[in-house]
Amino acid sequence: MIDGFIALYIFMLAAFTGYEVIGRVPTILHTPLMSGSNFVHGIVLVGAMVALGRADTTLELVIGFLGVALGAGNAVGGYVVTERMLEMFKSSKPAGGTAGGTAGGKKH
Amino acid sequence: MGGGIAAVLVSASYLLAAFLFITGLKRMSSPVTARGGIGWAGAGMVVATIATFFTPDMSNIVLILVAIALGGGVAWITGKRVAMTDMPQMIALYNGMGGGAAAAIAAVELFKGEAHSTMVLALAVLGGLIGAVSFSGSLIAFGKLQDLIKRSFRFRGQNVVNLALLLASVLVGASLVLAAAGPVPGMVTLFFGLALVLGVTMTLPIGGADMPVVISLYNALTGLAVAFEGFVLNNAAMIIAGMVVGSAGTLLTQLMAKAMNRSLANVLFSGFGDTAGPQGEVSGSMKPIDAADVGVMMAFAQKVIIVPGYGMAVAQAQHKVWELAKLLQERGVTVKFAIHPVAGRMPGHMNVLLAEAGVPYDVIYDESEINAEFDNTDVALIIGANDVVNPAARTDKSSPIYGMPILNADKSRNVIVVKRGKGAGFSGIENGLFFLDNTHMLYGDGQAVAAALIQAVKAL
Repeated sequence: MIDGFIALYIFMLAAFTGYEVIGRVPTILHTPLMSGSNFVHGIVLVGAMVALGRADTTLELVIGFLGVALGAGNAVGGYVVTERMLEMFKSSKPAGGTAGGTAGGKKH
Repeated sequence: MGGGIAAVLVSASYLLAAFLFITGLKRMSSPVTARGGIGWAGAGMVVATIATFFTPDMSNIVLILVAIALGGGVAWITGKRVAMTDMPQMIALYNGMGGGAAAAIAAVELFKGEAHSTMVLALAVLGGLIGAVSFSGSLIAFGKLQDLIKRSFRFRGQNVVNLALLLASVLVGASLVLAAAGPVPGMVTLFFGLALVLGVTMTLPIGGADMPVVISLYNALTGLAVAFEGFVLNNAAMIIAGMVVGSAGTLLTQLMAKAMNRSLANVLFSGFGDTAGPQGEVSGSMKPIDAADVGVMMAFAQKVIIVPGYGMAVAQAQHKVWELAKLLQERGVTVKFAIHPVAGRMPGHMNVLLAEAGVPYDVIYDESEINAEFDNTDVALIIGANDVVNPAARTDKSSPIYGMPILNADKSRNVIVVKRGKGAGFSGIENGLFFLDNTHMLYGDGQAVAAALIQAVKAL
């Protein structure tokens, strides 16, 4: 159980952690990192699952269902987009002339 | 909530997930380890999601599975299919979904109307407000970047309206917290209605050039909302992950706003891109040039700086541009890429595209590194960039972008602007650079123009 002040301690320490982790990031990684952090708050899925898991009335069920679907969208979409973006940082040679849209760059 | 071994295992899994998230983010903040980072964070998400099924007192398991399959499936398909150039709006969309999920958690808790402490209720309401604003605001941002919403809507006293909406939602929210008999369903509905409208009216007036900052802000806000709802649900993984994103996102937002020399308040409350005000007169005429001449000019130059912008992204021209650059390098021309921090629709947007085309990092420079070099540059080739090279930012106090650090492309001996047509940029601001004596306009789609330039250089 997390109560009162313990929660505040966690809030504070997590805030500093986020600040430090991002601290000295090169511009080149800003977009992937924004996308990556967007994925991380997809953890909201877990909370939505609990909310739906305890829902009773039809209204709660509908809202809970929407919440889980949206949360899953956040997590899955955030992952796919971040992964595709970071994928491109791997190759040092151009993988071919075709325009973007195809994931799975050549392994080198 | 019952105790028992299951509850302990769930908590332990959340602890592991929090560790994996932070490690993943840390790795993502360095180019060398960035690729693996998302894998760590992804593992954390899988661990946390599976563990949650074992939470005591969980029912509706089938509904949960269907919802995950539905939301996750749609996001998987759209995320895989979308072109690299459309990434920014997809981030906005997925972020909005997260905000919506946080608001949904708050809504379920409030509609349940169970007895909670004042602090729990307050955080539920606050998280719900932030989540709902982030949800509708992100959807508007998505609509704008996807060109579903063409113009910035402004009306008289919009700041007053927004302030009134914010005050109203806070007051209704406070009444929910303080209601002795628990939240009244009607008031809960009103509360979320107000918050959703606020997100829309807050975002509609913001011009396209500021969208990166806004998306980053909503990203941070969603993180906060998730952390608050995590407190309500007594969920440590949500508190930690949400708060880490909240603070990291806030810092990222500040970095972006700083790069544009604008305060966050300025971004949110001023009508950027509103060209109605008196602006400095732009005199002179735009001089067209054809690709063959530009090819000669660049082939015999000593130093060429390429300034990419959103136009390059739209035209998917990054591969052709890099091919052109390599061709010039083979002829002994020094070629560098200059990237403004807010070029494109997100910071680092151009870096991502150039990385996709295989451009090595060591020829890519950011604004502060390369600005002094334009003075001894023969040709500055501007592909689809506009506001980030507008000299009005240095000289014209009446310009909305006055004070924003720009790339000093106008200082090079020749400026070639590749542009599709004569219109103003995304922000709607006239660009004096196009009318300078040393500037020539090369009209056409970025990719077609780059291909023509490659032909011209090869023909020499």
